[in-house]
Amino acid sequence: MGLSSDMTGETQIISVHCDRIDAAMAIQFKDDMRAETQTPAKRVVLDLSAVEFIDSSGLGAIVASMKQLEGGRRLDLAGLRPIVEKVFRLTRMDTVFRLFASLDDAMNAGAD
Amino acid sequence: MCSKCKQDCLDLSFPATQAQASAGIVTLSARLAAYGLPVSKADDVKIALAEAINNVVKHAYAGIAPADIQIDCCLCKDKLVIQITDTGKPMPNLRLPDGPPAPVDAPLQDLPEGGFGWHLIRQLTSNIQYERRDGGNRLCLRFDFDEAP
Repeated sequence: MGLSSDMTGETQIISVHCDRIDAAMAIQFKDDMRAETQTPAKRVVLDLSAVEFIDSSGLGAIVASMKQLEGGRRLDLAGLRPIVEKVFRLTRMDTVFRLFASLDDAMNAGAD
Repeated sequence: MCSKCKQDCLDLSFPATQAQASAGIVTLSARLAAYGLPVSKADDVKIALAEAINNVVKHAYAGIAPADIQIDCCLCKDKLVIQITDTGKPMPNLRLPDGPPAPVDAPLQDLPEGGFGWHLIRQLTSNIQYERRDGGNRLCLRFDFDEAP
């Protein structure tokens, strides 16, 4: 579905190149995330700045993507547009993930 | 359903598959914006509409051949009413699910991956009505524009 991955130090940045993460592509997203995250990176940041819409199936796929990270690593999210951020807020998933306004903010914040 | 504003009605129907529903939601959201849906309500409508349509695909047509979902929108000065009709299976107990919030105060591996839909719809709409009629489901979502966002 269009993911790309870059390593910066010990952080892996996965960028989503798709304008929607919805029910039609949730399973593909989860599978692609599993393939991309088979790395020893200590921290994984998902760049959502290209994503214009997410529904609850897409949200579930992002939760599943964090649960399938080995070693209990967390998944940090960056670049959420207002509508994407709203779905996280209304489901209280904004308390589960660390959300950053931009990828730069996420990188400056570090892993803690 | 909204006799005062018949001039601004939008209709769309598409087969109840995930791919067709995804495309239908995009089309409908764009048309509503073009018809003057207030920008402040656009996101709420997109989210609730997608959840309601996904529920039909996932639950009403679960295990049976998907037929068409019919969407009728009525955009008035002060509100938007969206009627979603399908010929699938009825809602459990013929009533709207309560939609409690999914529990997020859980250990990582116990975090919910679903069960968010009705909670989102209930938070984003002003009124919801459900009716089982003529072997089909009719769901009406109303969005009032005079509320604070």
